[in-house]
Amino acid sequence: MQTHAIEFDSIKRHSSAEADGPVEASLHVEGLNLFYDQSAQALYDINLEIPKRRVTAFIGPSGCGKSSLLRCFNRMNDLVDGCLVKGKLRLEGDDIYAPNVDVAGLRRRIGMVFQKPNPFPKSIYENVAYGLRIQGINKKRVLDEVVEKSLRASALWDEVKDRLNDSALGLSGGQQQRLVIARTVAVEPEVLLLDEPASALDPISTLKIEELIYELKSRYTIVIVTHNMQQAARVSDMTAFMYMGKLIEYDSTDRLFTNPKQKQTEDYITGRYG
Amino acid sequence: MDTQAVGSLQSKKNPGPLAWVKSGEPMIWINAAAVSLSVIAVVGLMALLAVRGFSHFWPKDVLLANVSYENNVRPILGEIVEVVEVPRQQLEEAGFTLKGSEDFFQRTLLKQGNRDFLGSDFVWLINEQLDTPQYSANAMVIERLEWGNFYGYLKSVTRDGVLIADAQENERGAWEVFQSVIADTLAVREAIHTIERGDIGRINYEMERLRLEERSLELSGSLDASAQVALASERAELDAQYKVLQEQLYALYDGIANHSYTAILADGREVSLPIAKVVRAYQPNGMNVADKLAMYAQRLWEFLSDEPREANTEGGIFPAMFGTVMMVILMAIIVTPFGVVAAVYLREYARQGLVTRIIRVAVNNLAGVPSIVYGVFGLGFFVYFLGGELDQLFFPAALPNPTFGTPGLMWASLTLALLTLPVVIVATEEGLARIPKSVREGSLALGATRAETLWRVVLPMATPAMMTGLILAVARAAGEVAPLMLVGVVKLAPSLPLDGNYPFIHLDQKFMHLGFHIYDVGFQSPNVEAARPLVYATALLLVIIIALLNLAAVTLRNRLRERYKSLEV
Repeated sequence: MQTHAIEFDSIKRHSSAEADGPVEASLHVEGLNLFYDQSAQALYDINLEIPKRRVTAFIGPSGCGKSSLLRCFNRMNDLVDGCLVKGKLRLEGDDIYAPNVDVAGLRRRIGMVFQKPNPFPKSIYENVAYGLRIQGINKKRVLDEVVEKSLRASALWDEVKDRLNDSALGLSGGQQQRLVIARTVAVEPEVLLLDEPASALDPISTLKIEELIYELKSRYTIVIVTHNMQQAARVSDMTAFMYMGKLIEYDSTDRLFTNPKQKQTEDYITGRYG
Repeated sequence: MDTQAVGSLQSKKNPGPLAWVKSGEPMIWINAAAVSLSVIAVVGLMALLAVRGFSHFWPKDVLLANVSYENNVRPILGEIVEVVEVPRQQLEEAGFTLKGSEDFFQRTLLKQGNRDFLGSDFVWLINEQLDTPQYSANAMVIERLEWGNFYGYLKSVTRDGVLIADAQENERGAWEVFQSVIADTLAVREAIHTIERGDIGRINYEMERLRLEERSLELSGSLDASAQVALASERAELDAQYKVLQEQLYALYDGIANHSYTAILADGREVSLPIAKVVRAYQPNGMNVADKLAMYAQRLWEFLSDEPREANTEGGIFPAMFGTVMMVILMAIIVTPFGVVAAVYLREYARQGLVTRIIRVAVNNLAGVPSIVYGVFGLGFFVYFLGGELDQLFFPAALPNPTFGTPGLMWASLTLALLTLPVVIVATEEGLARIPKSVREGSLALGATRAETLWRVVLPMATPAMMTGLILAVARAAGEVAPLMLVGVVKLAPSLPLDGNYPFIHLDQKFMHLGFHIYDVGFQSPNVEAARPLVYATALLLVIIIALLNLAAVTLRNRLRERYKSLEV
């Protein structure tokens, strides 16, 4: 069997986190345990800090809990019946699971993009304006401005500026995914959670999304879950390797890919896993 | 090598019946046969209704013949309705002496009209009794307000007691004079109708309002002298208006009372009849196809736009159409929000568990409860209990006459809404369940609450499913008769539930309904033969109205579906 070891230096496009020196953390996770049922534990004692305005990637085999961890940050797991979260998660020091937290407000601060593009069956314009409209912002001038800014930020403006009132469902998959990113960016979140954002897309669209992630990094803390190790290596500054609900190794992307400390990590990134 | 490869792919020469069964072909034939049968059944039904129903409005030729039976000869004039073949034995057992020796005889149903002179307007005649049939051009048919059709020959026309035309002198001229007098009389009748229904209706309504006002003042103990004076003056005002209208009416009635025509019956009797009772007169044997078409259209329009007369066996069915459509629309307005709200709760908010499962099963079973049970429930709960309470609370002045404590439009709509509620709930729930989780999550992830997500994304996407529920509900409600007989439908409603008197929609009124109309005309009618074509025509109309209501809803649904199409997986 051919190995899928990463030819790391050839694909790494930008400097690692370390080069900029230590940065403050945006998200703190301490002793996180997640149960989907009383008997089914999905995450075991996770501890990590996600740096501000950096890209952090979660990698690992299917079912290792990386998406579950991602969904803890914006409390999407609340929607699952019987789901129980133990431990501390903090966004800029605010306890995410405090009893008096306004979940809708939290989700405005932590935006999320899903695996499959999920635009609403509305016009392109209304998709981007949706987050503002639910905040009660209906002034045409403000909306116009935000829609244009967000679409530009997600590199979609030039492709759709002449058909903003067409249905978003008429866009291609890659365009839809960038629209979803624009929609998320429009509400000015602090953190962007990307749950395998390019897994349903063709290589060209994937490339565009990756470029977009690189652009957005300067303004947002980005957490990306991906199956694709090359992608993690290309876009991220920090990488966490997870396996069977446990955080095995968490380090700067450079170090994790070139010099993994754990045997499991090394097996996985060199393709010997499984 | 090549040929061998091809040969091995070809099927065997004689596959045998088992292989044919295995190939799945018989299933295709069975499916196709089932579809064809259904299509034939539906098309056949519609064709039968159309032919039987709508041929009724065609002006048929009038036959004059001598009926000779056992040395008795009498002339007869009328339209052939149908011809059937009956076996000899049946006729002999009925007591006929037959001349011919065949095994089967033709028997004709003839509409001879003139119920006021001949007793019955339909007769069965054995064809061998009919002698010298002929179609004379001046045979005349008169549709009348009372006593059904008249068949005869015009002799003379009298206006205000003065003879103004005599057919023996100038036949064409007399006919034209007759038509013009009929037209004048119709115009006067129209004026009378307007006054009676419009102005006098309004005055009666006002009078009733005053009576209720007085009664409610009396009940509250504040009917003092000044109030009485005010009421009396209003009443006097209305009385004065009424007097004026009554004078007008009398004048109009007197104006047409003395127009009459003299006609000769087939047996030579001469009769004089009032023109005031004539709807229209025509000589079908002398009419060409264009004339007949024009008359056909006129009669069809009358059927669609007029009120019924003569115990529903003549005239139109407009009130029944209007009542049906109005009830269905009201039903839809009631059932849609209820059903949608219930489905949203069951699917979106309720904890999915044993209780919701039981509720769901119960809702599904409700759809199978016989409709008459809903009728009984509607009568007991809505009419007597709710209606009675409403009357006590809001309409004490009218008591002991019930306002809402009696069957009426609102209770009928509510009962049908209850009947169709399960359909709407089930369809909406299915629609909600089909909406992808990813879209909901997308909305929630943007900081929308569950309610906002539901309102802005989920419900709009579920509208096609709601429309499906509504379509099924409308289809079921429009065709329902049994429960309606208990909660508001009547044989003949004096007025439409929608008119110009405040509050314009009279939810407490009884109304007419096409389904019940069919039952009434077909089975409760004193004149079955006359009513039969109307049964077919009414049935066809009911089907068409239901189809139109459905078509409207389906078009709307398809539009909505188009909008959300790409999201359905």
